[in-house]
Amino acid sequence: MPTVSASAVQLADSAWTDASIKLGNSVGAIAGFLGILLLIFFAAGRAGGRFTRPLAIAVMLGPAALLLVVGLVVPLVRTVYLSFSNDDSTRSVGGANYGWALTTDSIHQVLWNTLLWLVIAPLVATGLGLLLALLVDRMRGQAVYKSLLFMPMAISLVGASIIWKFVYDARDPAQPQIGLLSQIAISLGWHHPPNWILSHPLNNFLLMVVMVWVQTGFAMVVLSAAIKAIPDEITEAARLDGARGFRLFRHVTVPMIRTTLVVVLTTVMITTLKAFDIVRTMTGGNFGTQVLANEMYSQSFVQFNVGRGSALAVILFLAVTPLVAYNIVQLRKEREHR
Amino acid sequence: MPPVKAARKAFSNPIASLLMIVVTVLWTIPTLGLLVTSIRPKQDVATTGWWEFFAHPDATLANYHTVLFEGGFGVSGGLLPYLVNSLAISVPATVFPLVLAAMAAYALAWVKFRGSDVLFFVIFALQVVPLQMALIPLLQLFSGGAHLGSVTIVPSFDLSGTYAPVWLAHTMFALPLAIFLLHNFIAQLPRDLMEAAVVDGASHFKIFRSIVLPLCTPALASFAIFQFLWVWNDLLVALTFAGGTPEVAPMTVRLAQLTGSFGGRWELLTAGAFLSLIVPLIVFFALQRYFVRGLLAGSVKG
Repeated sequence: MPTVSASAVQLADSAWTDASIKLGNSVGAIAGFLGILLLIFFAAGRAGGRFTRPLAIAVMLGPAALLLVVGLVVPLVRTVYLSFSNDDSTRSVGGANYGWALTTDSIHQVLWNTLLWLVIAPLVATGLGLLLALLVDRMRGQAVYKSLLFMPMAISLVGASIIWKFVYDARDPAQPQIGLLSQIAISLGWHHPPNWILSHPLNNFLLMVVMVWVQTGFAMVVLSAAIKAIPDEITEAARLDGARGFRLFRHVTVPMIRTTLVVVLTTVMITTLKAFDIVRTMTGGNFGTQVLANEMYSQSFVQFNVGRGSALAVILFLAVTPLVAYNIVQLRKEREHR
Repeated sequence: MPPVKAARKAFSNPIASLLMIVVTVLWTIPTLGLLVTSIRPKQDVATTGWWEFFAHPDATLANYHTVLFEGGFGVSGGLLPYLVNSLAISVPATVFPLVLAAMAAYALAWVKFRGSDVLFFVIFALQVVPLQMALIPLLQLFSGGAHLGSVTIVPSFDLSGTYAPVWLAHTMFALPLAIFLLHNFIAQLPRDLMEAAVVDGASHFKIFRSIVLPLCTPALASFAIFQFLWVWNDLLVALTFAGGTPEVAPMTVRLAQLTGSFGGRWELLTAGAFLSLIVPLIVFFALQRYFVRGLLAGSVKG
């Protein structure tokens, strides 16, 4: 045993050296970045006269604008362009990539799965979050419940996937089970529970459970804050008018928190677009669980068909566009009220 | 306490409390299973369910030692370098967008110019561009530079094997949300204060440094937590821009690889997963209050 631990210590030593170099680089990068900014600020602050305003705008807005153009706007345009090109983007193929996406059976399944994800996961997470927010309202010790329910939000989707993959682990029913779900199923008298992850179409919903598990706490915390922000007088007045229970909820609570509900739904939906992490970690997109985000990744980076990958990315973008439009309309309305 | 409120309290509690407890327990059990499994000996994990631990407690830290320093998945090298990479990626990728977004948000809110409102909406809209769309063009830019015909506009940077592409990508992708949230906060600063500073002859840079930044600390803190968690937990950006090597790749990438190829070694996989959770969980529980306040700033009025 002494030899083993000695080599482990040696390995650990080199690992620490490596770590200090890497972290040193990071700290250096931050120091350099802040240093350059300070220099620019100092120099630009000296300049006076009629250049002050334009200079301030250029210096303060310039870097962010440049990064946004390079990082999002140009890629957006370029991806649309690439989606009309062949696999290594050497010539144009017209709409062939879109034709492929819309007529291939395996892609049909991917589109269908993505749609299911985008509808079911956000609705369930938001609905459950709303229910829990109503339940937790006015309870004692609610901070504890909120923290524990909110906790999965801090966990990476990869980590969450490993947690749930373990819950869904299945073995020959005659053997002792190590997966919680199988054990519960057997304890309840189901002698031959299926291999959960492999059972299509059930597996799609089991993967969505992970997303719901992660997002419900977030929805609850935000909605709970919105419910608390409803003035007491309004609730009291409605009660005096005879509104109770569900009617109170339907006609007073929901309208008062409508904006927040939409924001939560949107946020969860945008996160759901990243179902990528979950699908990739739990099934690798096999057994009929593939989603657009993951298929797009494999087309571009595994099969090296950039044209098809780009077309899928554009389809994904078109799927969320109505959401953006709706949010901007809402935002403008709110601004006009100010 | 007024009688109405007292009565309401008395009635609404028992069933709600019970339901809440049941749901909270349900929500916590999967994570508990992960933690318990990670400290059980290999043999136990392979043969019995983790809940047996409470009947026959037998704990060890060997799994953690193995995943950190030895690898143990039939691959050489432990997770330690990846853990370091996660940290080395997350901290700069939090600071860069935070500073740049605060500057931009200030300019949009207080140095009004023609089109600044439109610009604000455009930035807000960019929030929903799926990252997948930006990956390929950005990767091509980082590796090959930008060319218009035969004219090179941007030379190719040789950044592969460094953190720079990952930092840059995270910074770019974080800006829309960061600018949106910080703008909401900065725009609400008292107008009198800002005008008084201008009258005193302070430049925009001075106002930004000595008035805006100190007053915005709560908003900056909450966004910093949010961004840190997001970067630490990210898989897609890291997978695309960092590759899978111990030089640059973070924990999430390595864990995703290991789940794919060595899914059966639960004692190691759970220890690895718990290592990747521990930093965000500490950050989350320590700073939860600010984090929640920051999330609410953008979504709850009043």
